[in-house]
Amino acid sequence: MELPVVNDEQVEILLSDLLEQYGYDFTGYSRASLKRRIIRLYSLDKALSFAEFRYKVNNDSAYFKRFVEQITVNVTEMFRDPQFFKTLRETVLPKLGTYPFIRIWLAGCSTGEEAYSISIVLKELNLLHKSLIYATDLNPSVLEKAAQGMFALGQMKQYSENYIAAGGTMDFSGYYSANYSLAKFDEELRRKIIFSTHNLVSDHSFNEFQLILCRNVLIYFDRDLQNNVLELFDESLEDLGYLALGTKETIDFSPINKKYKRLPANKIWRKVS
Amino acid sequence: MNRCDAFIIGGSAGSLDVLLKVLPEIRADLPFPIIIVIHRKHGADSLLPDLLSSRTTLIVKEADEKEQIVAGTIYIAPSDYHLLIEMDRTFSLDYSEKVNYSRPAIDVTFQTAAEAYKDKLVCLLLSGSNADGVKGLKTVKAWAGKAVIQDPDSAQVAYMPEQAKKHVEIDRILRIEDVAEFINLLR
Repeated sequence: MELPVVNDEQVEILLSDLLEQYGYDFTGYSRASLKRRIIRLYSLDKALSFAEFRYKVNNDSAYFKRFVEQITVNVTEMFRDPQFFKTLRETVLPKLGTYPFIRIWLAGCSTGEEAYSISIVLKELNLLHKSLIYATDLNPSVLEKAAQGMFALGQMKQYSENYIAAGGTMDFSGYYSANYSLAKFDEELRRKIIFSTHNLVSDHSFNEFQLILCRNVLIYFDRDLQNNVLELFDESLEDLGYLALGTKETIDFSPINKKYKRLPANKIWRKVS
Repeated sequence: MNRCDAFIIGGSAGSLDVLLKVLPEIRADLPFPIIIVIHRKHGADSLLPDLLSSRTTLIVKEADEKEQIVAGTIYIAPSDYHLLIEMDRTFSLDYSEKVNYSRPAIDVTFQTAAEAYKDKLVCLLLSGSNADGVKGLKTVKAWAGKAVIQDPDSAQVAYMPEQAKKHVEIDRILRIEDVAEFINLLR
Protein backbone atom coordinates (compact mmCIF):
# COMPACT_ATOMS: atom_id res chain seq x y z
CA MET A 1 0.00 0.00 0.00
CA GLU A 2 2.98 2.32 0.40
CA LEU A 3 3.89 2.09 -3.27
CA PRO A 4 2.97 5.26 -5.13
CA VAL A 5 -0.58 5.43 -6.45
CA VAL A 6 0.57 7.29 -9.53
CA ASN A 7 3.64 5.97 -11.34
CA ASP A 8 6.22 7.73 -13.50
CA GLU A 9 4.57 6.77 -16.74
CA GLN A 10 1.23 8.15 -15.55
CA VAL A 11 2.91 11.39 -14.52
CA GLU A 12 4.21 11.75 -18.08
CA ILE A 13 0.72 11.06 -19.46
CA LEU A 14 -0.74 13.83 -17.31
CA LEU A 15 2.00 16.24 -18.35
CA SER A 16 1.40 15.62 -22.04
CA ASP A 17 -2.37 16.03 -21.48
CA LEU A 18 -1.77 19.41 -19.85
CA LEU A 19 0.38 20.49 -22.75
CA GLU A 20 -2.00 19.31 -25.47
CA GLN A 21 -5.29 20.27 -23.84
CA TYR A 22 -4.35 23.49 -22.14
CA GLY A 23 -0.95 24.59 -23.41
CA TYR A 24 0.59 24.38 -19.94
CA ASP A 25 4.07 22.94 -20.23
CA PHE A 26 5.32 21.25 -17.08
CA THR A 27 7.71 18.90 -18.87
CA GLY A 28 10.73 20.93 -17.73
CA TYR A 29 9.80 20.62 -14.05
CA SER A 30 11.85 18.43 -11.70
CA ARG A 31 10.00 15.17 -11.43
CA ALA A 32 10.42 14.16 -7.78
CA SER A 33 8.60 17.20 -6.45
CA LEU A 34 5.97 17.20 -9.19
CA LYS A 35 5.21 13.53 -8.74
CA ARG A 36 4.96 13.90 -5.00
CA ARG A 37 2.42 16.69 -5.42
CA ILE A 38 0.39 14.78 -7.97
CA ILE A 39 0.24 11.80 -5.63
CA ARG A 40 -0.70 14.11 -2.78
CA LEU A 41 -3.58 15.58 -4.78
CA TYR A 42 -4.70 12.16 -5.96
CA SER A 43 -4.95 11.01 -2.35
CA LEU A 44 -6.40 14.28 -1.07
CA ASP A 45 -9.23 14.15 -3.61
CA LYS A 46 -9.72 10.42 -3.10
CA ALA A 47 -9.52 9.65 -6.80
CA LEU A 48 -10.97 6.23 -7.55
CA SER A 49 -8.62 5.35 -10.36
CA PHE A 50 -5.99 6.93 -12.52
CA ALA A 51 -8.43 6.88 -15.44
CA GLU A 52 -10.98 8.89 -13.47
CA PHE A 53 -8.33 11.31 -12.23
CA ARG A 54 -7.04 11.84 -15.75
CA TYR A 55 -10.55 12.27 -17.15
CA LYS A 56 -11.32 15.02 -14.65
CA VAL A 57 -8.10 16.89 -15.37
CA ASN A 58 -8.85 16.74 -19.10
CA ASN A 59 -12.57 17.47 -19.09
CA ASP A 60 -13.46 19.47 -16.01
CA SER A 61 -12.01 22.96 -16.32
CA ALA A 62 -12.60 23.78 -12.65
CA TYR A 63 -10.71 20.66 -11.69
CA PHE A 64 -7.94 21.51 -14.11
CA LYS A 65 -7.52 24.84 -12.30
CA ARG A 66 -7.33 23.05 -9.01
CA PHE A 67 -4.84 20.59 -10.43
CA VAL A 68 -2.42 23.30 -11.60
CA GLU A 69 -2.77 25.18 -8.34
CA GLN A 70 -2.08 22.07 -6.30
CA ILE A 71 0.84 20.63 -8.22
CA THR A 72 2.73 23.92 -8.09
CA VAL A 73 4.10 25.04 -4.76
CA ASN A 74 2.50 28.22 -3.45
CA VAL A 75 4.02 28.39 0.01
CA THR A 76 5.52 31.79 0.78
CA GLU A 77 5.84 34.27 3.64
CA MET A 78 6.50 37.95 4.32
CA PHE A 79 10.13 38.97 4.68
CA ARG A 80 11.30 35.39 4.29
CA ASP A 81 15.10 35.32 4.75
CA PRO A 82 15.31 38.63 6.63
CA GLN A 83 18.97 39.06 5.70
CA PHE A 84 17.96 39.19 2.05
CA PHE A 85 15.40 41.92 2.68
CA LYS A 86 17.96 43.79 4.74
CA THR A 87 20.28 43.88 1.73
CA LEU A 88 17.40 45.06 -0.46
CA ARG A 89 16.70 47.84 2.02
CA GLU A 90 20.27 48.91 2.65
CA THR A 91 22.02 48.33 -0.67
CA VAL A 92 19.85 47.53 -3.68
CA LEU A 93 16.85 49.81 -3.37
CA PRO A 94 18.82 52.92 -2.30
CA LYS A 95 20.90 52.47 -5.50
CA LEU A 96 17.74 52.19 -7.57
CA GLY A 97 16.35 55.18 -5.69
CA THR A 98 18.60 57.45 -7.75
CA TYR A 99 16.56 56.56 -10.87
CA PRO A 100 13.54 58.66 -11.80
CA PHE A 101 11.36 55.56 -11.91
CA ILE A 102 11.80 52.03 -10.52
CA ARG A 103 10.34 49.00 -12.27
CA ILE A 104 10.43 45.71 -10.36
CA TRP A 105 9.40 42.27 -11.57
CA LEU A 106 8.51 39.70 -8.95
CA ALA A 107 8.25 36.45 -10.90
CA GLY A 108 6.36 33.57 -9.29
CA CYS A 109 4.76 35.82 -6.68
CA SER A 110 2.23 33.22 -5.50
CA THR A 111 -0.18 34.72 -2.94
CA GLY A 112 1.68 38.02 -2.81
CA GLU A 113 3.42 38.07 0.60
CA GLU A 114 6.74 39.15 -0.96
CA ALA A 115 5.11 41.82 -3.11
CA TYR A 116 3.66 43.50 -0.02
CA SER A 117 7.00 43.09 1.80
CA ILE A 118 8.80 44.94 -1.00
CA SER A 119 6.11 47.57 -1.05
CA ILE A 120 6.62 48.18 2.68
CA VAL A 121 10.37 48.63 2.27
CA LEU A 122 9.86 50.99 -0.70
CA LYS A 123 7.42 53.04 1.33
CA GLU A 124 9.82 53.33 4.24
CA LEU A 125 12.60 54.41 1.88
CA ASN A 126 10.22 56.99 0.48
CA LEU A 127 10.44 55.40 -2.99
CA LEU A 128 7.04 53.82 -3.33
CA HIS A 129 5.52 56.78 -5.14
CA LYS A 130 7.92 56.32 -8.07
CA SER A 131 7.97 52.52 -8.13
CA LEU A 132 5.94 49.88 -9.88
CA ILE A 133 5.98 46.20 -8.91
CA TYR A 134 4.87 43.71 -11.57
CA ALA A 135 3.98 40.61 -9.59
CA THR A 136 3.32 37.60 -11.82
CA ASP A 137 2.39 33.97 -11.43
CA LEU A 138 1.04 31.28 -13.69
CA ASN A 139 -1.92 30.57 -11.37
CA PRO A 140 -4.82 33.02 -11.73
CA SER A 141 -6.30 31.88 -8.42
CA VAL A 142 -3.27 32.74 -6.28
CA LEU A 143 -3.17 36.15 -7.97
CA GLU A 144 -6.77 36.79 -6.97
CA LYS A 145 -5.82 36.06 -3.40
CA ALA A 146 -2.71 38.23 -3.68
CA ALA A 147 -4.76 41.17 -4.93
CA GLN A 148 -6.92 41.05 -1.80
CA GLY A 149 -3.91 41.65 0.41
CA MET A 150 -5.33 39.57 3.23
CA PHE A 151 -3.18 37.10 5.11
CA ALA A 152 -3.76 34.93 8.15
CA LEU A 153 -3.62 36.98 11.33
CA GLY A 154 -1.90 34.09 13.08
CA GLN A 155 1.15 34.62 10.85
CA MET A 156 1.67 38.22 11.86
CA LYS A 157 3.85 37.51 14.87
CA GLN A 158 6.33 35.64 12.69
CA TYR A 159 6.15 38.24 9.92
CA SER A 160 6.70 41.03 12.41
CA GLU A 161 9.81 39.27 13.72
CA ASN A 162 11.05 38.79 10.15
CA TYR A 163 10.38 42.46 9.42
CA ILE A 164 12.42 43.59 12.42
CA ALA A 165 15.26 41.19 11.56
CA ALA A 166 15.19 42.66 8.05
CA GLY A 167 15.94 46.12 9.42
CA GLY A 168 12.38 47.37 9.82
CA THR A 169 11.96 49.95 12.57
CA MET A 170 8.31 50.93 12.30
CA ASP A 171 5.38 49.29 14.04
CA PHE A 172 4.60 46.40 11.69
CA SER A 173 1.01 46.15 12.92
CA GLY A 174 0.49 49.67 11.58
CA TYR A 175 0.45 48.24 8.04
CA TYR A 176 -2.68 46.15 8.42
CA SER A 177 -6.01 46.09 10.12
CA ALA A 178 -7.22 42.96 11.83
CA ASN A 179 -10.46 41.57 10.51
CA TYR A 180 -11.52 38.38 12.29
CA SER A 181 -8.78 35.88 11.49
CA LEU A 182 -7.31 37.98 8.68
CA ALA A 183 -4.89 40.86 8.44
CA LYS A 184 -5.87 43.24 5.67
CA PHE A 185 -2.91 45.21 4.37
CA ASP A 186 -3.22 48.90 3.56
CA GLU A 187 -4.55 49.81 0.16
CA GLU A 188 -1.63 52.21 -0.23
CA LEU A 189 0.78 49.25 -0.38
CA ARG A 190 -1.34 47.52 -2.97
CA ARG A 191 -1.65 50.52 -5.28
CA LYS A 192 1.82 50.17 -6.77
CA ILE A 193 1.57 46.44 -7.43
CA ILE A 194 0.25 45.06 -10.70
CA PHE A 195 -0.75 41.43 -10.35
CA SER A 196 -0.93 39.54 -13.61
CA THR A 197 -0.51 36.05 -15.04
CA HIS A 198 2.76 35.16 -16.68
CA ASN A 199 4.12 31.70 -17.35
CA LEU A 200 7.91 31.59 -17.15
CA VAL A 201 7.95 28.49 -19.33
CA SER A 202 6.05 29.87 -22.31
CA ASP A 203 5.59 33.64 -22.02
CA HIS A 204 8.07 36.23 -23.25
CA SER A 205 9.72 39.26 -21.83
CA PHE A 206 7.17 42.06 -21.39
CA ASN A 207 9.17 45.01 -20.09
CA GLU A 208 12.56 46.19 -18.89
CA PHE A 209 13.25 46.22 -15.19
CA GLN A 210 15.88 47.42 -12.77
CA LEU A 211 15.20 44.64 -10.32
CA ILE A 212 13.91 41.12 -10.92
CA LEU A 213 13.14 38.83 -8.01
CA CYS A 214 12.42 35.16 -8.50
CA ARG A 215 13.02 33.27 -5.30
CA ASN A 216 12.44 29.57 -4.86
CA VAL A 217 10.94 29.05 -8.29
CA LEU A 218 13.95 27.79 -10.24
CA ILE A 219 14.42 24.90 -7.80
CA TYR A 220 11.37 23.29 -9.40
CA PHE A 221 12.83 23.45 -12.92
CA ASP A 222 15.37 21.22 -14.62
CA ARG A 223 18.67 22.76 -15.74
CA ASP A 224 17.55 23.47 -19.32
CA LEU A 225 14.43 25.26 -18.19
CA GLN A 226 16.40 27.12 -15.52
CA ASN A 227 18.74 28.38 -18.22
CA ASN A 228 15.87 29.44 -20.48
CA VAL A 229 14.26 31.37 -17.65
CA LEU A 230 17.55 33.02 -16.71
CA GLU A 231 17.91 34.12 -20.36
CA LEU A 232 14.42 35.57 -20.13
CA PHE A 233 15.40 37.50 -17.01
CA ASP A 234 18.59 38.68 -18.68
CA GLU A 235 16.57 40.01 -21.64
CA SER A 236 14.24 41.76 -19.22
CA LEU A 237 16.88 43.39 -17.05
CA GLU A 238 18.48 46.76 -17.73
CA ASP A 239 22.22 47.21 -17.49
CA LEU A 240 23.24 47.68 -13.86
CA GLY A 241 19.95 46.09 -12.80
CA TYR A 242 19.73 43.44 -10.11
CA LEU A 243 18.60 39.83 -10.20
CA ALA A 244 17.63 38.16 -6.91
CA LEU A 245 17.18 34.40 -6.47
CA GLY A 246 16.42 32.09 -3.54
CA THR A 247 19.06 31.05 -1.00
CA LYS A 248 19.71 27.73 -2.71
CA GLU A 249 19.59 29.01 -6.29
CA THR A 250 22.40 30.27 -8.52
CA ILE A 251 23.21 31.58 -12.00
CA ASP A 252 26.61 29.84 -11.92
CA PHE A 253 25.55 27.12 -14.36
CA SER A 254 23.99 29.49 -16.88
CA PRO A 255 25.74 31.22 -19.80
CA ILE A 256 24.41 34.58 -18.57
CA ASN A 257 26.69 34.45 -15.52
CA LYS A 258 29.55 36.11 -17.44
CA LYS A 259 27.60 39.36 -17.50
CA TYR A 260 26.84 39.39 -13.79
CA LYS A 261 28.66 40.19 -10.60
CA ARG A 262 27.41 38.77 -7.35
CA LEU A 263 26.85 40.87 -4.23
CA PRO A 264 28.87 39.34 -1.38
CA ALA A 265 26.98 36.98 0.93
CA ASN A 266 23.72 37.27 -1.00
CA LYS A 267 21.96 35.56 -3.89
CA ILE A 268 21.76 38.90 -5.69
CA TRP A 269 23.60 39.57 -8.93
CA ARG A 270 24.17 42.85 -10.73
CA LYS A 271 24.25 43.03 -14.50
CA VAL A 272 27.55 44.71 -15.25
CA SER A 273 27.96 44.44 -19.02
CA MET B 1 22.61 -7.66 2.49
CA ASN B 2 22.43 -6.12 -0.97
CA ARG B 3 24.89 -3.58 -2.19
CA CYS B 4 24.36 -0.20 -0.54
CA ASP B 5 24.20 2.75 -2.94
CA ALA B 6 23.00 5.28 -0.38
CA PHE B 7 22.75 5.50 3.39
CA ILE B 8 20.27 8.02 4.73
CA ILE B 9 20.05 9.13 8.34
CA GLY B 10 16.98 10.87 9.72
CA GLY B 11 16.78 12.32 13.20
CA SER B 12 15.30 14.96 15.42
CA ALA B 13 15.71 15.86 19.09
CA GLY B 14 18.70 14.01 20.51
CA SER B 15 20.12 12.90 17.17
CA LEU B 16 22.97 15.40 16.83
CA ASP B 17 24.89 13.81 19.70
CA VAL B 18 24.63 10.46 17.96
CA LEU B 19 26.03 11.90 14.73
CA LEU B 20 28.91 13.54 16.59
CA LYS B 21 29.82 10.20 18.13
CA VAL B 22 29.39 8.15 14.96
CA LEU B 23 30.97 10.30 12.25
CA PRO B 24 34.58 10.15 13.52
CA GLU B 25 34.49 6.39 13.21
CA ILE B 26 33.20 6.18 9.64
CA ARG B 27 35.82 4.84 7.29
CA ALA B 28 37.52 7.27 4.94
CA ASP B 29 36.99 5.12 1.82
CA LEU B 30 33.22 4.96 2.17
CA PRO B 31 31.86 3.40 -1.06
CA PHE B 32 28.45 5.15 -0.89
CA PRO B 33 27.08 8.58 0.08
CA ILE B 34 25.56 9.41 3.47
CA ILE B 35 22.62 11.79 3.39
CA ILE B 36 21.58 13.41 6.66
CA VAL B 37 18.17 14.91 7.32
CA ILE B 38 17.81 16.31 10.80
CA HIS B 39 15.30 18.75 12.13
CA ARG B 40 16.80 22.06 13.10
CA LYS B 41 15.80 25.62 13.55
CA HIS B 42 15.64 27.73 10.42
CA GLY B 43 18.42 30.26 10.21
CA ALA B 44 21.24 28.24 11.77
CA ASP B 45 22.24 27.61 8.20
CA SER B 46 25.96 27.09 7.85
CA LEU B 47 26.63 25.83 11.35
CA LEU B 48 25.71 22.18 10.99
CA PRO B 49 27.99 21.29 8.04
CA ASP B 50 30.90 22.99 9.80
CA LEU B 51 30.19 21.19 13.02
CA LEU B 52 29.95 17.76 11.39
CA SER B 53 32.87 18.48 9.09
CA SER B 54 35.12 18.89 12.11
CA ARG B 55 34.42 15.27 13.06
CA THR B 56 35.37 13.48 9.86
CA THR B 57 37.83 13.47 6.98
CA LEU B 58 35.00 12.82 4.53
CA ILE B 59 33.64 15.74 2.55
CA VAL B 60 30.63 17.25 4.34
CA LYS B 61 28.40 19.65 2.44
CA GLU B 62 24.90 20.98 2.23
CA ALA B 63 22.98 19.31 -0.58
CA ASP B 64 22.54 21.59 -3.60
CA GLU B 65 19.64 21.30 -6.00
CA LYS B 66 20.41 19.27 -9.17
CA GLU B 67 23.63 18.05 -7.59
CA GLN B 68 24.78 14.55 -8.54
CA ILE B 69 24.98 12.36 -5.44
CA VAL B 70 28.42 10.75 -5.22
CA ALA B 71 30.01 8.13 -3.00
CA GLY B 72 32.22 9.10 -0.10
CA THR B 73 30.41 12.36 0.54
CA ILE B 74 28.20 13.35 3.46
CA TYR B 75 25.29 15.53 2.38
CA ILE B 76 23.15 17.54 4.76
CA ALA B 77 19.62 18.66 3.99
CA PRO B 78 19.56 22.47 4.01
CA SER B 79 17.34 24.07 6.61
CA ASP B 80 13.82 25.06 5.61
CA TYR B 81 13.70 23.02 2.38
CA HIS B 82 12.54 19.48 1.75
CA LEU B 83 15.27 17.38 0.21
CA LEU B 84 14.13 15.04 -2.57
CA ILE B 85 16.00 12.46 -4.59
CA GLU B 86 15.34 12.21 -8.31
CA MET B 87 15.34 8.93 -10.23
CA ASP B 88 18.69 9.91 -11.79
CA ARG B 89 20.13 10.21 -8.28
CA THR B 90 20.41 13.95 -8.13
CA PHE B 91 18.98 16.17 -5.42
CA SER B 92 15.95 18.43 -5.73
CA LEU B 93 14.83 20.99 -3.20
CA ASP B 94 11.26 21.90 -2.50
CA TYR B 95 9.72 24.64 -0.38
CA SER B 96 6.28 23.09 -0.08
CA GLU B 97 4.19 22.78 3.08
CA LYS B 98 5.80 21.35 6.19
CA VAL B 99 5.28 17.64 6.72
CA ASN B 100 4.96 16.44 10.33
CA TYR B 101 5.52 20.09 11.30
CA SER B 102 8.96 19.78 9.74
CA ARG B 103 10.88 21.10 6.77
CA PRO B 104 13.06 19.30 5.89
CA ALA B 105 10.88 16.28 6.60
CA ILE B 106 12.55 12.91 6.91
CA ASP B 107 9.53 11.22 5.28
CA VAL B 108 9.99 13.21 2.07
CA THR B 109 13.64 12.24 1.63
CA PHE B 110 13.08 8.59 2.59
CA GLN B 111 10.07 8.27 0.27
CA THR B 112 11.70 9.76 -2.80
CA ALA B 113 14.98 7.91 -2.18
CA ALA B 114 13.08 4.63 -1.77
CA GLU B 115 12.13 4.57 -5.42
CA ALA B 116 15.43 5.95 -6.73
CA TYR B 117 17.59 3.40 -4.87
CA LYS B 118 15.13 0.53 -4.32
CA ASP B 119 16.91 -2.48 -2.73
CA LYS B 120 20.22 -0.63 -2.59
CA LEU B 121 19.06 1.84 0.05
CA VAL B 122 19.56 1.71 3.80
CA CYS B 123 17.76 4.23 6.01
CA LEU B 124 18.47 4.83 9.68
CA LEU B 125 16.07 6.63 11.99
CA LEU B 126 17.53 8.14 15.17
CA SER B 127 16.26 9.75 18.34
CA GLY B 128 13.37 12.21 18.06
CA SER B 129 10.13 13.42 19.52
CA ASN B 130 7.75 13.10 16.57
CA ALA B 131 6.84 10.40 14.10
CA ASP B 132 8.55 11.92 11.05
CA GLY B 133 10.37 9.20 9.15
CA VAL B 134 8.01 6.36 10.01
CA LYS B 135 5.94 6.59 6.82
CA GLY B 136 9.15 7.02 4.90
CA LEU B 137 10.57 3.80 6.31
CA LYS B 138 7.40 2.00 5.21
CA THR B 139 7.95 3.21 1.68
CA VAL B 140 11.61 2.18 1.84
CA LYS B 141 10.51 -1.32 2.80
CA ALA B 142 7.89 -1.41 0.05
CA TRP B 143 10.68 -0.79 -2.48
CA ALA B 144 12.84 -3.51 -0.89
CA GLY B 145 15.23 -1.16 0.91
CA LYS B 146 16.42 -1.68 4.47
CA ALA B 147 14.99 0.03 7.57
CA VAL B 148 17.27 0.47 10.56
CA ILE B 149 16.59 2.31 13.82
CA GLN B 150 18.48 3.49 16.83
CA ASP B 151 17.66 1.32 19.84
CA PRO B 152 14.92 3.35 21.58
CA ASP B 153 16.52 2.48 24.94
CA SER B 154 19.70 4.26 23.86
CA ALA B 155 17.89 7.28 22.41
CA GLN B 156 17.69 10.60 24.24
CA VAL B 157 14.10 10.81 22.97
CA ALA B 158 12.74 7.36 22.24
CA TYR B 159 9.47 8.30 20.55
CA MET B 160 10.64 8.37 16.93
CA PRO B 161 12.44 5.01 16.79
CA GLU B 162 9.70 3.52 18.97
CA GLN B 163 7.03 4.56 16.49
CA ALA B 164 9.07 3.06 13.67
CA LYS B 165 9.45 -0.18 15.60
CA LYS B 166 5.73 -0.28 16.18
CA HIS B 167 4.65 0.34 12.58
CA VAL B 168 7.45 -0.90 10.35
CA GLU B 169 9.20 -4.20 9.92
CA ILE B 170 12.68 -3.18 11.08
CA ASP B 171 15.77 -4.94 9.75
CA ARG B 172 18.22 -3.89 12.43
CA ILE B 173 18.09 -2.12 15.79
CA LEU B 174 21.39 -0.48 16.69
CA ARG B 175 22.85 0.88 19.88
CA ILE B 176 24.85 4.10 19.42
CA GLU B 177 28.19 2.33 19.77
CA ASP B 178 27.26 -0.11 16.99
CA VAL B 179 26.13 2.40 14.36
CA ALA B 180 29.57 3.18 12.91
CA GLU B 181 30.53 -0.46 12.58
CA PHE B 182 27.23 -1.24 10.90
CA ILE B 183 27.85 1.49 8.33
CA ASN B 184 31.48 0.52 7.81
CA LEU B 185 30.54 -3.07 6.98
CA LEU B 186 28.05 -2.11 4.27
CA ARG B 187 29.27 -2.50 0.71
